Amino acid sequence: MSKKPSATIEQKPTASNTSHGQAPVNAALTPAQKIELFSQMVRIRRFEERSHRAYTGKNAAGGANIGGFLHLYNGQEAIAVGCCSLMGKHDHVITAYRDHGHAIAVGMDTKALMAELYGKVTGCSKGKGGSMHFFSPERNYWGGHGIVGGQIPLGVGLAYGVKYKGHKGSAMAFMGDGAVNQGAVHEAYNLAALWNLPCIFVIENNGYSMGTSQARSSAGELAKRAEGYGMAWGVCEGHDVYEVRATMDKFLQIAREECKPAVVEIRTYRYRGHSVADPDNTYRTKTEIEDYRRTKDPIQVFQTALIAEGVLTTESAEKIDEAARAEAEAAADFADASPYPTPEDIQKDVYWESDNPDQRTSQGRLFFN
Amino acid sequence: MSQLTYREAVRHALAEELTRDPNVVVMGEEVGQFQGAYKVTQGLLEKFGPKRVADTPISEAGFIGMGIGASMLGVRPVMELMFWSFYSVAFDQILNNAANVRYMSGGQINCPIVIRGPANGGTNVGATHSHTPENILAAHPGVKVVVPSTPYDAKGLLKSAIRDNDPVFFLENTVLYGEKGEVPDEEYLIPLGKADVKREGKDLTIVTYGRPVIQSLIAAELLAKEHDISVEVVDLRTIRPLDIDTVLASVRKTHRVLVVEEQKPFCGVGAQLTYMIQAEAFDDLDAPIGRLCTIDAPAIYSPPVEAEQLPNPQRILKAALALLD
Repeated sequence: MSKKPSATIEQKPTASNTSHGQAPVNAALTPAQKIELFSQMVRIRRFEERSHRAYTGKNAAGGANIGGFLHLYNGQEAIAVGCCSLMGKHDHVITAYRDHGHAIAVGMDTKALMAELYGKVTGCSKGKGGSMHFFSPERNYWGGHGIVGGQIPLGVGLAYGVKYKGHKGSAMAFMGDGAVNQGAVHEAYNLAALWNLPCIFVIENNGYSMGTSQARSSAGELAKRAEGYGMAWGVCEGHDVYEVRATMDKFLQIAREECKPAVVEIRTYRYRGHSVADPDNTYRTKTEIEDYRRTKDPIQVFQTALIAEGVLTTESAEKIDEAARAEAEAAADFADASPYPTPEDIQKDVYWESDNPDQRTSQGRLFFN
Repeated sequence: MSQLTYREAVRHALAEELTRDPNVVVMGEEVGQFQGAYKVTQGLLEKFGPKRVADTPISEAGFIGMGIGASMLGVRPVMELMFWSFYSVAFDQILNNAANVRYMSGGQINCPIVIRGPANGGTNVGATHSHTPENILAAHPGVKVVVPSTPYDAKGLLKSAIRDNDPVFFLENTVLYGEKGEVPDEEYLIPLGKADVKREGKDLTIVTYGRPVIQSLIAAELLAKEHDISVEVVDLRTIRPLDIDTVLASVRKTHRVLVVEEQKPFCGVGAQLTYMIQAEAFDDLDAPIGRLCTIDAPAIYSPPVEAEQLPNPQRILKAALALLD
């Protein structure tokens, strides 16, 4: 039953490779669309930097602006932007806790995202989810999930739902390289392959599962594990948004047209720690981070390509950056000025029925205090 | 009215809801070709086809999670766990994803899934297959938990569960699957969260649910005949939402309460019930609240001894007499 897995896409880690820019899916982009992709990447970068500043800073009352964990997407921007830019009406996205980039890439309002980080009622989840739990079902964005690998069966369920309803679509289920050893991921692989579900499993391989390098955590090639399930697989470099789009487009078309799943490993790097509270230099070196930034920064790589194409100028790139900084600042101002939820809000959004009392059919107590 | 087994009643509920709503799908291990590990889903594959009745691999975390994801898109999966005991390998999916996704999304996402299957001891299958996790499930706000004791209740409650927009966990009982009872021929629903007084009495209230309802009714009959004691048996039917009002009304009538449950005592459903009864009807009580549970150890295999570990009519009778002393 298993087809020969598709060939691994080998890509030399050079900073600019124009061949992917000529792939049909990229050649079809208008200059405005290219600028939009670039702009999204810059907006993600500036949002993350602003949220990091908010996290480490204090509010007017001397307290923390942001609680809990903050997993930043700096360095990985081309992946979320490249993948989400390919979404059609019936394509769905689900990811893990490093979820800010995907949220911006699907078009969520950065004010609502920042307010969610601040725990404010104006947040995208009304202050109930926090950094790891951004959702926007109307944009086919299903989170934002905190348990490593736990979202992957849900992603298969989204693909199942697409197929069940007879839609031509897909689900992209994102995970980090640390998730590939979770049992739930393998159960999900098996179901997707067994039932021919249009699910693309995207491994954003930033080299480290928290502080443990890939070499210390995972045997073998990550995406190649797909072969055990008779699934197609591919590998691509995540610093080149053109390459991400060209690779994903191929697998998405197969998913939509033939209802076939695939595993795609996208090699990337994160500049910040696993979370903000991260010793960083215990498991990697500053030189390693700087080397990647210097040679493969996805925003720099794309900016260079777009300038070479004559789509962008240094001046227009600077304007985009300025606008992104201003947007992030405005998001922080909005979040800061927004009210917190009230204690009365704690028990809202728990049950559909308790939020829709006029349509309730059950009886009895739902809450116990 | 027809005489149906509990198993048939569950099957009829599934068939009716599969017919009524094209978004309903039945999935689980051996639910199709094998006709159900306990024959609950017998004939459904033939009637509704493989799109609506799907055999899954032995992969609870995978297929339960898949059902949860599908439910977020508006599919209404009714997932069978061959035993609820297997929920432990899907715990993250059930109690992190299904229970929390509505809340964490600020009410944007619903999860209209039903997970059903048997959860009981008494079949000599040892500790791993004899879990009764209704307390653990019900401890999670966002979920609903149903434990029916009769064919009539099983059918009416399951139909309501499938139509519910929140995740509902439906705990059946392999020992009861063959028990018969009257079930109306016409369609009916029983609302979740509505207790049922299965026997009226005036001296003592037994609050219980699931198989111990049947055992309590036997004990109540013995108490009436042999000891002239009039026992009221309140069947909760649903653990969450909880119909505490029916319980309290009975307590105010009899003034004595025995909670009977096929649970281990520590942090069991009865612990919550006992707290609520004392908090809300303290002045109506003439005696401390009694509690009869499964004897606090992992489920023993030895067949005659397992029967003694669980609630049974004789143990219930003794506990009732002790309360009335």
